[in-house]
Amino acid sequence: MTNLLLNVAHLGIQFGGLKAVQNVDIQLYDGELIGLIGPNGAGKTTTFNMLTGVYAPTEGTITFQGKTLNGLDPYKVTQSGISRTFQNIRLFKELTVLENVEVANHSLATHGIFASILRLPSFFTGEKKMEQQSLAFLKIFGLDVYKDELAKNLPYGMQRRLEIARALAANPKLLLLDEPAAGMNPQETHELMELIAFIRKEFNLTILLIEHDMSLVMGICERIYVLDHGQLIANGTPEEIRQNPKVIEAYLGEEVVD
Amino acid sequence: MKKSKAFWAYVAIAIIVYAVVQFSMSSGMIGSYYSNMLIIMCVNVMLAVSLHLIIGITGQFSIGHAGFMAVGAYMSAIVTMKFDLPFIVAIVAAGCVALLAGLLIGIPTLRLRGDYLAIATLGFAEIIRIVILNVDYVGGAAGMTVSRQTTWTYAFFAMLITIIVIANYTKSRHGRACIAIREDEIAADAMGINTTYYKVVAFAIGAFFAGVAGAIFSHQLFFIQPTSFGFLKSFDILIYVVLGGLGSLSGSVLAAVLLTIVSTYLAEFPETRMIIYSLVLILVMLYRPTGLLGTKEITDFFKFGKKGGKNV
Repeated sequence: MTNLLLNVAHLGIQFGGLKAVQNVDIQLYDGELIGLIGPNGAGKTTTFNMLTGVYAPTEGTITFQGKTLNGLDPYKVTQSGISRTFQNIRLFKELTVLENVEVANHSLATHGIFASILRLPSFFTGEKKMEQQSLAFLKIFGLDVYKDELAKNLPYGMQRRLEIARALAANPKLLLLDEPAAGMNPQETHELMELIAFIRKEFNLTILLIEHDMSLVMGICERIYVLDHGQLIANGTPEEIRQNPKVIEAYLGEEVVD
Repeated sequence: MKKSKAFWAYVAIAIIVYAVVQFSMSSGMIGSYYSNMLIIMCVNVMLAVSLHLIIGITGQFSIGHAGFMAVGAYMSAIVTMKFDLPFIVAIVAAGCVALLAGLLIGIPTLRLRGDYLAIATLGFAEIIRIVILNVDYVGGAAGMTVSRQTTWTYAFFAMLITIIVIANYTKSRHGRACIAIREDEIAADAMGINTTYYKVVAFAIGAFFAGVAGAIFSHQLFFIQPTSFGFLKSFDILIYVVLGGLGSLSGSVLAAVLLTIVSTYLAEFPETRMIIYSLVLILVMLYRPTGLLGTKEITDFFKFGKKGGKNV
């Protein structure tokens, strides 16, 4: 069961004269949980943005399940099976928790605009289906008690969870998590680790996550890619990464030789 | 089926309001001055609600709404005056042509955001007005005479349909997609929502009902001219939406009703009219910066049914 799900080859992007990311190669196989780490400004989020269509890469190719994703609009990338969360939470603040998930469930129902305006039977069955499905997701994340609460009124940790629930509702094969544990305390981080492991099994997902919390990354990732200054500097198991001199150098700086 | 029950209750209330006013009009209890005001009120409510869909729900700051109204007003006048077709045909034609205008303007401009979109739509509305001004077929600057065919029945039911359609649209997966775009366009896109499509749809529906409002308006006034649809009219409509509370349908209805009454009464004092009108706006914005109702709906206050339905 080692199907190549995502193949990123020589990916790079240039903003004006600045090469933000270059020559990035990433291979994700079905069911893997992979970490992407690197110091601040290394280009991790930029890489995510290229994978999800927010930025169009200026070089290289992204192949997902045999399909090239270069230059597709973000919503098409999502529809083809890649869903994400954001580093700085981007929930739909004025919508309720349930509605947030329902937005991501958009393609689940098929009733059209006229069916909605005229309130045809397909509207009621479609909306009902979306509501039930969304509630099921909320339940997994323990958010069903908040379903009628506005998203902006949730505590921070819950907002992070809701973002993951929403990303899952878009029915992805590959889930990209951008610093899911940012701002969480150790207890919450631990719960999150368990949750990530659980959803991965439950939904048969492949997960790529950016994270600064090393205990989380080292604890759950099978392989880790390390970015620095827009280039991949290492790739391997957590143990290999921990001992890789280049990685230590990127994080701690060079040894002073006198 | 609680929601559905609430819906029919609101429709019943609306029909009663309609019947009472209709009876008072035909028995002469409401004179022509006030029946004119009530019909203009319906027109303004339609304009406010249709712009509410674009600004309040989808979050696209468009300030060229009077342009679509002008398209509808002139189209309907052409249908009834030049082709002698029935008024109802004129209303539908007005809506459809305005919708086309909405698509024509929406597809290129909706790539813009915020201030840029506002300026582009304002510019397009002015283009429409100036085109009309230079077409002799519709009278150019001199305007066009239109026979009065609008009745309370037409005005009221056009308004009711507008509100129902837009309320129903909002409370569906399509409406949620639009609100998601307002809340965070990047996130909506990342969740698989085709943002361009939904922005254009909202724009087209809004333009359609603005066109219908234009048809009702032109057949009420006897006479239309391009200056009635300048950017001041666009701002009037914008004020209804902002004053009512961005994102609140009942708020924009309420604001349109209140401001129509205020400006009708102030018409007797033309010197002070704009001053008082502006003062009202400043006071509301000082004490209710989120608009009269904020993002709430009137129905939220009654808890009639679980989430409320339509409001009339």
